[in-house]
Amino acid sequence: MITLVARPAPSRFWSWATPVLAVLATMLAGGGLFALLGSDPFEAIRVIFWDPLFGANAGYFRGQLFIKAGPLILIAAGLAVGFRAGIWNIGAEGQYIIGALCGAAVALAAFPAESALIFPAMVLAGAFGGWVWGMIPALLKNRFGASEILVSLMLVYVAQNLLAWAAFGPLKNPAGFGFPGSRNLQQYPSAHNAELIAGSGVHWGVVAGIAALIGTYVLMNRHIAGFRIQVAGDAPKAARFAGVAPARLVGFCLGLSGALAGLAGMFEVAGPSGQVTDSFNAGYGFTAIIVAFLGRLNPVGILLAGLLMALTYIGGDMAQLTLRLPAAAIQVFQGLLLFFLLGMDLLTNYTVQWGKARA
Amino acid sequence: MNRRSFMTTTAITAAALSLGLGRAAWAADPLKVAFMYVGPVGDMGWSFQHDQGRQAVEAAFGDKVITSYVENVPEGPDAERVLTQMALAGNQLIFATSFGYMDAVMNVAAKFPNVRFEHATGYKRADNVSTYDARFYEGRAVIGTIAGRMTKTNKIGYIGSFPIPEVVQGINSAFIHARKVNPAVEMKVVWAYTWFDPAKEADAAAALIAEGVDVLMQHTDSTAPQAKAQEAGIYTFGQASDMGAFAPAPRISSIIDNWGPYYVARVGAMLDGSWASNGSWEGIGAGAVGIGEISDAVPAEVKAEALALAAAIGAGTYHPFTGPLNKADGSAWLAAGQVADDGMLSGLNFFVEGITAQMPQ
Repeated sequence: MITLVARPAPSRFWSWATPVLAVLATMLAGGGLFALLGSDPFEAIRVIFWDPLFGANAGYFRGQLFIKAGPLILIAAGLAVGFRAGIWNIGAEGQYIIGALCGAAVALAAFPAESALIFPAMVLAGAFGGWVWGMIPALLKNRFGASEILVSLMLVYVAQNLLAWAAFGPLKNPAGFGFPGSRNLQQYPSAHNAELIAGSGVHWGVVAGIAALIGTYVLMNRHIAGFRIQVAGDAPKAARFAGVAPARLVGFCLGLSGALAGLAGMFEVAGPSGQVTDSFNAGYGFTAIIVAFLGRLNPVGILLAGLLMALTYIGGDMAQLTLRLPAAAIQVFQGLLLFFLLGMDLLTNYTVQWGKARA
Repeated sequence: MNRRSFMTTTAITAAALSLGLGRAAWAADPLKVAFMYVGPVGDMGWSFQHDQGRQAVEAAFGDKVITSYVENVPEGPDAERVLTQMALAGNQLIFATSFGYMDAVMNVAAKFPNVRFEHATGYKRADNVSTYDARFYEGRAVIGTIAGRMTKTNKIGYIGSFPIPEVVQGINSAFIHARKVNPAVEMKVVWAYTWFDPAKEADAAAALIAEGVDVLMQHTDSTAPQAKAQEAGIYTFGQASDMGAFAPAPRISSIIDNWGPYYVARVGAMLDGSWASNGSWEGIGAGAVGIGEISDAVPAEVKAEALALAAAIGAGTYHPFTGPLNKADGSAWLAAGQVADDGMLSGLNFFVEGITAQMPQ
């Protein structure tokens, strides 16, 4: 008989060991899956995890790692703050879209003027758009007690329809022969979020992601707001006695994570993506939730988790190309990662005992 | 050119040069050809048909070619990375099979001048970038004719994906030919704003059926509308692939994307060194658009009429957009006997007279 006994406090050792174990278990189970599909499991794991970092043309792929991880890290940094307080923003994808739309709209309104003020204005517009989209569930929660999980998720679909409308309507490229999609911001120097060092993959969005990690670290560890967030998450009832105003906390967490997601969308549309199209959002807002948990809601963890997720995407595409693995197998592989992580979380909060538990 | 883009160009040129030097040594090796798909190859629609084309290339050239593909690539930053991955992996001919890949193709093609790119349904070309598309409106004329004959309620439904020229051509062509054989026909249009989303497509089908439509056409790729039509006991047409599982009814025929002939021709051109950038737009005549088997639910004389129309279009003796035709607002478009040229069609953004549905703006 296996018995689980709750630990008095989460184990520090296991909270760091489980992500590593989860990655190893994923490699094992994923390798088995690839073997069943007729691929050499060792080669598949090598193609996914090793080749993008150290194989042929790794110079290019290391840069792509930052491009792919940048938005994930920026969004996850904001989400982690809310998650610690038990405030569940599931709609980062929508905030990302609205941020991108607002940022792109500023640039397209200014086109073709060239000015050093355009890019900063886009940054502000992107953050503002995401903030507004995050504040809607916050206000509804505070005013009517609506679940922020459902409201923020539903607003993703609203944002997607707004995106389609904008791509086919007001933001459509007037020089595009009636085809959907905006002008390409990569060809508009004042608005282009270019790589800061050519070939490095590091653009302003990556810098913002790192800054957000440092900022949230300081907030959580050196600031009274961080203490309140922690208390609200760990002991909601006690939090009131510690002077936490729940409504203000909800607004702060959803607003912050919304603004950072909006920023991520804006940096993406002005840089690697370039265009507002109806399918411009590639699911970063949802993947960032996985990144936040994989990183244990901790800044250093999120940095590593973001890079790891990016690696599985890039390596996954590579495995499709060179090993002919189907895309679905790669998605299952990524799903396994989250599955093992959440499963092994048990070890952080419980000890496993064989035989009858002693009270 | 600012400093950043100059530095980028320099770095990439160096990378491309080293790649170009590398390739000379592989001259005797098989030609590597890669395909990038927007959906899963199992979508049984758009991406599935492109993958059939890839398999036709393998069948035609055997071990002279090595093909590979990446599926489910979103139309955003990932497209550019995957195209670069393909070029770096030594592929010399790369097919990008969705409209939204256009700017990514142009960016990557500029960095790899020795790699040839083929972009489906786009309008930007370069020395190493071709575009190709199929004249789906030719097939729509044929199934429009069948639809006009088969409707009892005189209401034909059309599930549009996006209001872009290709889709507008199809709606107009289907309507013109349905009306030609049945002057009482009305066309109801619902925009699904998706290429592939079974739930949305089923909703669109249900809405049209509720309006009294008894023949349904679709420019979206899933079989969800077929299933809805089966429940309602009305007729449909397969889209992109044959959707033969729903024959003989509700699916009474289909319009099939057949990319194989073009892919085989282009890979052949690579092998004999005659590849040059072009803008290909083929139809029924070249086999790019196929009409799936017309089922027994359709009377023999209607079937004969539809096949005769397909033959005339294929032979080039009849063009589906032949005047006199007016725009929906009543203004003149084509004079009697005038044929729409490709420039008009590739920017088509209005309905023809008789369609009362609104074009979304």
